[in-house]
Amino acid sequence: MNLWVILAINSVALGGLLFLLSAGFSLIFGLMRIPNLAHGSFFMLGAYLGVTFLRIGTNFWLAAILSGLGIALLGGIIERLFLRRLQGQELAQVLVTLGLSFMFADISLMIWGGDPIPLSAPSALQGAMQVGSIVFPSYRLAIVLVAAVIAAVLWIMIDRTRLGAMIRAGVDDAQMARVVGIRVSRLSSLIFCLGAGLAGFGGVMGGPIFSAYPGLDGDMLPLALIVVILGGTGSLVGTLVGSFVVAFLYNYGQALFPELAYVILFLPMLVVLLIRPQGLFGRLPT
Amino acid sequence: MARAINRRTILKGTAAGAALASLPWGRAALAESKPVKVGLLTVLTGPLAQGGIQMKEGVVAFMKDKNYTLAGRKVDLIIGDTGGNPAGAKAKTQELVERDHVDFIIGPLAAFEMIAISDYVARHKVPLLCLAGADNMTQRTPNPYFIRASATASQCGFPLADYVRKEMKLSRMDTIVEDFAFGYEQEGGFQLVFTAEGGTIAKRLWTPIQTPDYTPYLAQISDVDGVWQGFAGSNPINFMKQYAAFGLKKKYPVVGGWTAFDDALLPSFGNDAVGAVSGAFYSVSYDSPSNNHFVELLLRETHKTPGGYAAGCYINGMCVEAALEKLDGNTSSPEKTIAALRSLSFKDSPRGPFHFDHFGNVVGNVFIRRLERKNGKLVNTIVKTYPNVSQFWTYNEKAYLATPLFSRNKVPAKI
Repeated sequence: MNLWVILAINSVALGGLLFLLSAGFSLIFGLMRIPNLAHGSFFMLGAYLGVTFLRIGTNFWLAAILSGLGIALLGGIIERLFLRRLQGQELAQVLVTLGLSFMFADISLMIWGGDPIPLSAPSALQGAMQVGSIVFPSYRLAIVLVAAVIAAVLWIMIDRTRLGAMIRAGVDDAQMARVVGIRVSRLSSLIFCLGAGLAGFGGVMGGPIFSAYPGLDGDMLPLALIVVILGGTGSLVGTLVGSFVVAFLYNYGQALFPELAYVILFLPMLVVLLIRPQGLFGRLPT
Repeated sequence: MARAINRRTILKGTAAGAALASLPWGRAALAESKPVKVGLLTVLTGPLAQGGIQMKEGVVAFMKDKNYTLAGRKVDLIIGDTGGNPAGAKAKTQELVERDHVDFIIGPLAAFEMIAISDYVARHKVPLLCLAGADNMTQRTPNPYFIRASATASQCGFPLADYVRKEMKLSRMDTIVEDFAFGYEQEGGFQLVFTAEGGTIAKRLWTPIQTPDYTPYLAQISDVDGVWQGFAGSNPINFMKQYAAFGLKKKYPVVGGWTAFDDALLPSFGNDAVGAVSGAFYSVSYDSPSNNHFVELLLRETHKTPGGYAAGCYINGMCVEAALEKLDGNTSSPEKTIAALRSLSFKDSPRGPFHFDHFGNVVGNVFIRRLERKNGKLVNTIVKTYPNVSQFWTYNEKAYLATPLFSRNKVPAKI
């Protein structure tokens, strides 16, 4: 009984973290039509930046925000320097992001070394909550709250603002959006910064659970891919649903069918790709 | 001096060799004037780099300490980065053997790398001083050009299980480790002795090598006296952190293998691992002249506490030196070189006294250590030393070899 409850709570917490990771990935995919293979690196670099900020005594939340901003800046530079110049050449853009991810991995290894570095959760959240016989780390519950707030802010931005309307237009049909005077390339820069920043922020948020270590990028990227393929590119609701679906599959799959953990994780992705290639909440490109 | 493999130095070396060969000196003189070439196979990039970099630090510190001169011969240390995968290990081994003509190979790091290069190395008769655990390299499918001064994957688990049963009096345990060969063999060694001495393994949990979140496994641990974990690389840090976060540390004590609580990991652990008991072939806190020198040297050279990876490779360096002394610096016959290596016996080393069995596997100390906080620093305090531990523990060698290799599905109940 405890097993089921713990797994359920944990799935919600992991779902929150996956949402932070994948929201930007999905928007970038939707608007620029490329899977940004450096997205896992943004998550990892965020965690490492967080380590550095925490070492100089920054408060945890401030460290998370500063790291997010730092990675957003990095994302902006990458978009401007590389992706912008390769506009329309999607394969080249994907390769650039892949190459960058390898470079970031080596650079991180050089700067932060090969040892895994744990990030400490804020001291107020370091304990565990106990209800009956169920013990659950408080920090993971805090992640759910943070993810919920960010989801709400993003939703308002996409659904209720002029900027959001332009993004939606760009996702639906970039060419037509250009025709009506939306500067899609500027939007791309913005979304790339936002996505990278969210991933970097997520990296710090995930730090107390995962630690910062070489290979964190490669661990997170496939999860983001599955989330976005399940949920549909460019759809925030899809990403939210996808995050929780993947989190539940991941947790229950590993506990109940450990041999098939990856089958359980990737099979739904295959099925969705076959019968609904645009994802559960995505729209077919026009 | 240490250098990465690079075309220019190779060309220079070849030219010098050709020039020397044309001079009217005997072969023996040539052999002694040439530097002895030691290849190091390690992992400097990617997720396994943590241990690989420590391996390099161990060898480099040893060579520096000896001024790159062993038994009167200059040493040329050539470092190959395998990238931590079998294909990379194979390619780098070929470079070391066919291009650089190394006299010794130290490494590699991982069991699956070792398995990938074993046949090739044996065919080319290159003496290999291995760190990886793969049991069968010195058991059912032995490699004749192989010695292992560290331990088989299962070797440290035998005395640990004995200690856990007899001294800690735990009788029912869950085990958890990565789902790969090193994990099966480690767990198998622990389980064999633990059950043979009357204990019960309740659940055996296998996690993918990359498991960011252990909760699905942690949630299954219940109704036991303790937990054995055999994680490697950076996984122990995450595992212990999450183990503590779920309040399990207070309920079930943790014991583990050498990689799980390696001294080099200690600064990353925080309080989450305090109290853990582990079995390891090396410990920083082992007090002997050789180990004190090693620890001091590594602290000076790297500013980090060394662990099993660095110690294992440093000890391999000692073996190379001792073998060269036995051979009077003559490495022209690989048969004689490997025989000299296998006949080595040390009265003192960073892991204490040790020698090799006829398969080339070490017989030596296994330390049982408890992780404690002393003066604000985390240390593995040695609580018991099992001397002369063999890869066959106390079992008859023939009977042991008649059982199948430890696997995910099968561990003999007794031998």
